[in-house]
Amino acid sequence: MDMAFQSVVTPQSPRIMAERPVRIDAKDVNIYYGEKHAIKNLTIAIPDRAVSAFIGPSGCGKSTFLRAINRMNDTIPSCRMTGDILLDGDSIYDASLDVVQLRARIGMVFQKPNPFPKSIYENVAYGPRIHGTAGSKAELDGIVEKSLRRAALWDEVKDRLDQTGTGLSGGQQQRLCIARAIAVNPEVILMDEPCSALDPIATAKVEELIDELKKNYCIVIVTHSMQQAARVSQLTAFFHLGTLVEFGDTDEMFTAPQDKRTQDYITGRFG
Amino acid sequence: MTELSKKSDGGLIARRYASEKRFRMYGVFALSLTTVFLAVLLADIVWRSLPAFTQYHAVLNVMVDPSKVEASNPAAGDFEGIVKDAWRGQFPSVQSRADRRLLTSLLSNAAGGELRRRVIADPSLIGKDVTVPLLLSDDADLFLKGLSTGVERSDGKGPLQIRSDGENFFLSGQGLNPGQIVLADGGAFKIAPEGDASPAEVIVAPGSTAEVGEGKWQLLTFDAAQDTRKIGDREAVWLEMLREKGIMKREIAWNFFLNGDSREAEQAGILGSILGSLMVVFVTVAVSLPIGVAAAIYLEEFAPKNRLTEIIEVNINNLAAVPSIIFGLLGLAVFLGFFGMPRSVPLVGGLVIALMSLPTIIIASRAAVRAVPPSIREAALGVGASKQQAVFHHVLPLAMPGIMTGTILAVASAIGETAPLLLIGMVAFIVDIPTGFLDTATVLPVQIYLWSDLPEKAFEARTAAAIVVLLLIMLILNAFAIYLRKKFERRW
Repeated sequence: MDMAFQSVVTPQSPRIMAERPVRIDAKDVNIYYGEKHAIKNLTIAIPDRAVSAFIGPSGCGKSTFLRAINRMNDTIPSCRMTGDILLDGDSIYDASLDVVQLRARIGMVFQKPNPFPKSIYENVAYGPRIHGTAGSKAELDGIVEKSLRRAALWDEVKDRLDQTGTGLSGGQQQRLCIARAIAVNPEVILMDEPCSALDPIATAKVEELIDELKKNYCIVIVTHSMQQAARVSQLTAFFHLGTLVEFGDTDEMFTAPQDKRTQDYITGRFG
Repeated sequence: MTELSKKSDGGLIARRYASEKRFRMYGVFALSLTTVFLAVLLADIVWRSLPAFTQYHAVLNVMVDPSKVEASNPAAGDFEGIVKDAWRGQFPSVQSRADRRLLTSLLSNAAGGELRRRVIADPSLIGKDVTVPLLLSDDADLFLKGLSTGVERSDGKGPLQIRSDGENFFLSGQGLNPGQIVLADGGAFKIAPEGDASPAEVIVAPGSTAEVGEGKWQLLTFDAAQDTRKIGDREAVWLEMLREKGIMKREIAWNFFLNGDSREAEQAGILGSILGSLMVVFVTVAVSLPIGVAAAIYLEEFAPKNRLTEIIEVNINNLAAVPSIIFGLLGLAVFLGFFGMPRSVPLVGGLVIALMSLPTIIIASRAAVRAVPPSIREAALGVGASKQQAVFHHVLPLAMPGIMTGTILAVASAIGETAPLLLIGMVAFIVDIPTGFLDTATVLPVQIYLWSDLPEKAFEARTAAAIVVLLLIMLILNAFAIYLRKKFERRW
């Protein structure tokens, strides 16, 4: 192992961890894109029923690590990984684990709203349908309504469920994507810069929704906006050049960062 | 404004605009040139094809002779004999063997076809008079359409004397030149080459020998000399006289659309080759679409990116550039030689063209699959869809318009393909209309090629007409492609 990686600050044990069980436990994760070493020796424990925000400058590896949590990186041929990530104590990289089942347990919301070019109803119903969750049409209707209500979208779209999802506004599309992720009843929701393509009003709505969802889910959000991290998260992890520099309670991170690099980043000296 | 325009830029902006203007002019020039070429080509073909869409018939009153058609078996009746008798009956004075044969040659050898059809449909017509159109020969048809020679008709000046010495006729009147045709008193003569002092050639005997007053006789002149056309003066005069009687009717040439190929131009049609083409296209689509789309999806979505798949990709691209005749050789060697399939059948033709279209379809389908944004795949994978579900539920529907467009364009070019079919024997002269994929058949472009080679002038128009039909079929296919694309297109 390269000596440079050994000098990474060991993540603190945040106060909030004491109150909640650990949901995602990553140990010594290294991720490579071909020759590029994208994530270096990352170890982190993410608690349940809280919002953990990953911040850091572009190219620091926060999205790469996020995509490792639901094995989305598997779709990139040049990407390989060492180390292990546990979900509720079980390795998600275990050979016996079905990656399709895993992705049903770990939902994902992407940077750009990407509803299917189908009706609003079909967008939400797609997941339950392929997993065979709903036994009947009525049950499926129920899941769709519940998911849309949880995504705070029901009142806006209940009269036009058969219209295409791509016809909604950007903020509505992103909430539709969240509803789609919720519909398969995941344990964890990963959000990759979910508000970067949205205007401030839509952003506020999605943030409100994230705040609501954290009561039931383990949420991990990658964001470029430190204000957003400060607003929605209980825990913040700062990534820099592929290493996890600091991980701790959001309030502490933004008031008294432990590492010089964190301080420089959140005060806007680079990034 | 003035501040900006006054600023010295060394003419850079002016040059930029001039360059853009020049480029636009090149574009307009190129576009107009293409349009003119296309318009000239299309207009020429359509103009040439027009005569083939109509056909002259002689509408005659025919007595269905019970001695020639038995009521018990009307299909075996001698309908050609019946119509020939009726035809000759138009000119009772034409008696010599050679003349009778010449007169009969103006009818198609299938002239009785319509009568046969009617009598078989309704045997009670036997023994009755039936008014029926008789198909004329291609030469007669061309003459009546004015395509073999122009005809000038002028009233004779002054009286015309017709004298007969019992054997020969002598004509005297004003303006009678050697070789000229004179129509008078129901008869027709040709002035001898030596002049009107020699006996005139009788084409149709006159009703009497008497003086014919001014305005009651006419002179006929043909623009083209007799030896430059297939219709001689005698036949031309008979046809002119019948036209004057009003029994020549120009109708839509249903033969052209409803018959198979024939050596006789007036009976040759394109139905056989259209059906052959449709069968070939059906086999092509049925074979190449599923294989091509499956190969494209596998290569694009599932195949590992390694040396082997790279080699396969490069070779697919190379195959798209292989001359079609090579595919014909391949079909000959593999389908006919190795598998022992029959020659000249649409099944083999379709398989060969399917092989030829595959690279195009694969390339087009891959491009269409690649054009689907990755976010859709990620969205599907993100809710726990398997790779296959993501591809079949989301990627494929979005790629469908592109796949359809590529496929139909490949098929449209395949429908015009001739070379590979030559090698598997679909170039034969086939009269029968194919009824199945294992019947011998030919296809439209091959039919065009075959007809373009024939010396008869009537086939010239038929060739052009077959080209027009081929173009129409392609137009329909392209319209269908656009319709499919619009239908499958979704907004995202």
